[in-house]
Amino acid sequence: MKLLIGGFLYNVMETNFISFKNGVKNGIPIFIGYLAVSFSFGIAAKNIGLSVFQGAFMSASNLTSAGQFASLGLISAASSYFEMAVTQFVINLRYCLMSCALSQKLSESTAFFHRFIMAAGISDEIFGISYSAEGHLNPFYTYGLMTAAVPGWVLGTILGIASGNILPDRIMSSLSIALYSMFIAVIIPPTRKNKILKGIVILSMLLSFIFYYIPVLNNLSQGFKIIILTAVIAGGAAVLFPIKEE
Amino acid sequence: MKGNIYIYILVMALVTYTIRLLPFTLIRKEIKNIYIKSFLHYVPYVSLAVMTFPEILNVEGNKFPRIAGFIVALILAYRGGSLFKVAFVSCTVVFILELFIIH
Repeated sequence: MKLLIGGFLYNVMETNFISFKNGVKNGIPIFIGYLAVSFSFGIAAKNIGLSVFQGAFMSASNLTSAGQFASLGLISAASSYFEMAVTQFVINLRYCLMSCALSQKLSESTAFFHRFIMAAGISDEIFGISYSAEGHLNPFYTYGLMTAAVPGWVLGTILGIASGNILPDRIMSSLSIALYSMFIAVIIPPTRKNKILKGIVILSMLLSFIFYYIPVLNNLSQGFKIIILTAVIAGGAAVLFPIKEE
Repeated sequence: MKGNIYIYILVMALVTYTIRLLPFTLIRKEIKNIYIKSFLHYVPYVSLAVMTFPEILNVEGNKFPRIAGFIVALILAYRGGSLFKVAFVSCTVVFILELFIIH
């Protein structure tokens, strides 16, 4: 009996370790992309007078690009804490949708405390890659992603503030495309076998493009735009093409 | 008068973490309603597609390397390339093309 339990525990630990390792590996492109984006964030933070420690603290505790960039404007304008809270709420509300979607990827038997740790890592990228895992999501896969991604985000911020500019623009520009390529690697493969998903992805990009160029609509913040388009397109698709029971 | 930077950061972190945490801890059961289930199933595809395009082309100067990187990523992903491969190859394509283009 003891042996049996021991063997079971060993298997679980091994599975968790493999998930964690896969997470770290798939987190490397996030690390690279984050390094590039948070480097520019660091430069912007330096311009409004943030110290290296303050910038690193903000990046480690927030892990959100749009929200952090927006905060710099508010901090330098000496806005109220309430304004800061409302702005962050609006910009980051999309995480609420992602968090709902990701909650369905966890097995009901997953220990509750995992949700508190994983929640801290729900960024666009970590969410996207976690969601694309096959079957139920093992929390350790997300921990692996976070282990690779979070240091990239913090380190880039530190370098940006400390150095002003070590990396040439050209390298920064080519690195920053990594994050978008990852989104593509997540959403495109399933469209090969699923016409509805293909239609949804094309329609989403098309409407996003229209929102970007049409006056009035392009005044919407990126955060709001994501929420509106997601609610309308995913909502419409759910009504028209509800997924069949597996 | 300027506000305290640490209070700003804590306010931001608290709001953002709460948004991430609440749905994640409140929805613990599998949702049975077919429409809500379908909606949540479609959420990642729409939100990530909207974030990617046209943002991926949003650079100053010549957009051509970005367009090429975007197309390469689309093709590789469609043919089932791994996450790492798609990211690495598209970065390399953009880097090489930008080397040849004088800003």
